[in-house]
Amino acid sequence: MAGQSNGNGERVFRIAAPAVVGAIVLALWEALIRHYEVPVYILPGPVAIGETFWQDGGSLFASLLVTLRTALVALAAAAIIGALLAILLAEWRWLELSVFPYAVALQVTPIVAIAPLIIILVNDTFLSLLICAWIVSFFPVLSNTTFGLKSVDPNLDDLFRLYGATRLQRLAYLRLPTALPHYLGGLRISGGLALIGAVVAEFVASTGGSETGIAWRIQEAGYRLQIPRMFAALLLLAAAGIVLFLVLTWISNRLLRHWHESALPKER
Amino acid sequence: MQKLVSLDGVEKIYPNGTRALGSVALSVGQGEFLSLLGPSGCGKSTLLRILAGLVPPSAGAVSWIGGAPKAGEIGFVFQEPTLLPWANVFDNVRLPLRLAGAPPHEARSRIEEAIELVGLGGFAGAYPRELSGGMRMRVSIARALVTHPRILLLDEPFAALDEITRFKLNDDLLALWESQHWTVVFVTHSVFESVFLSSRVVVMSPRPGSIAAERAVDLPHPRIAGLRTDPAYADRCRQVSDLLAGAMAA
Repeated sequence: MAGQSNGNGERVFRIAAPAVVGAIVLALWEALIRHYEVPVYILPGPVAIGETFWQDGGSLFASLLVTLRTALVALAAAAIIGALLAILLAEWRWLELSVFPYAVALQVTPIVAIAPLIIILVNDTFLSLLICAWIVSFFPVLSNTTFGLKSVDPNLDDLFRLYGATRLQRLAYLRLPTALPHYLGGLRISGGLALIGAVVAEFVASTGGSETGIAWRIQEAGYRLQIPRMFAALLLLAAAGIVLFLVLTWISNRLLRHWHESALPKER
Repeated sequence: MQKLVSLDGVEKIYPNGTRALGSVALSVGQGEFLSLLGPSGCGKSTLLRILAGLVPPSAGAVSWIGGAPKAGEIGFVFQEPTLLPWANVFDNVRLPLRLAGAPPHEARSRIEEAIELVGLGGFAGAYPRELSGGMRMRVSIARALVTHPRILLLDEPFAALDEITRFKLNDDLLALWESQHWTVVFVTHSVFESVFLSSRVVVMSPRPGSIAAERAVDLPHPRIAGLRTDPAYADRCRQVSDLLAGAMAA
């Protein structure tokens, strides 16, 4: 494919440029910390954070997996329920008119405000965290998919009418494929939101014990003034968010590579 | 010539009040290549959509000899190729058969035949974005042909193409019509295209559209690319052009 020769150079730049910027920032950070002798319980330098990471990254990582599990199950639920609900709303307009406002209401109410209520109402901790993460992550899927299902080319719509397509055929062969890029776009936003939702819910629930999420580790470290540990946990969380985003982007490109502008290689 | 379909006092007023068609009476003969020629916005596309059953007429009737066409008996080619971007050429051409629930093994040979017919043999696996504008239009035509329709309706199919491509597609479409004996209704705003292709040209007046004049094109078949420089062709073009000018002035 044309542009491939250029692609290699760009790929190197894509990795090298942020890496250089990161290295410079870290070096400056360490230098300033040392120069002004900032105590480690106020602001640790990258080296101190790295040491903490090395020493008890394992326990943090185990906690991250707990949070990640909540986020991923919530994301899967958002992907399935959001898509099904969008199909129902797009097929029956009266349903959309009667239900969509509540979906919006659920979306605009801050999760921090709803979370305590859900944690009281739902007995099971995992389930309550899951519901919180799901609430924030399902709306982009619902909203984008509904939009996509309605974005059908009117001429193609006529073509389907001409050939006497049934409602189900129209859905399967026209509306769903048309909505797919929008759905995947929604899913990419939802991935990050699911993680945020899970962390926020954990903060509110303050669950300790064996099933301890990364949010509690951050809180705990804060209470004990283990600032480097807070940073290390944050770092892990950010990395998890980035990986999640990259995986969802990869899936999206994979599914759309033959036809959608978003997944096509740039040809110059 | 045996009639295939006739329109009687067909009018169209859109819900927003636009009067697209005055009273139109027209019949299309079996095996005829009929062009509807007129300026933009004269309602010729609306007329074609009424024929296809995509738009209901506000008044008048469309009567088909031999019963109203069932799904797949009308082939329609839009101004745009109107392909499924996520499906390759084979699957795009397959669409009408798939919607009709045709068994795959039976469909396969018809799909391959249609693709071959429009000169896209070897491109069955290509995706629309990988094809040129002219090739996409060929796919669109193959899709319209795959059901072996009783009538082929084309709505300015080549208007967006460059002249070289358009001439080539005109030549190929005409050669196909000459060999396959289809009935074709072709909407265009090009005098030259209509004369080159048609056995009869129907000239429409500006909105609200109605039939202003018609002229049989008596140029012999097979018509080949060289006809475009033939004085007889130029003469027919001038006649039709005069009719069009008359329709515009009226």
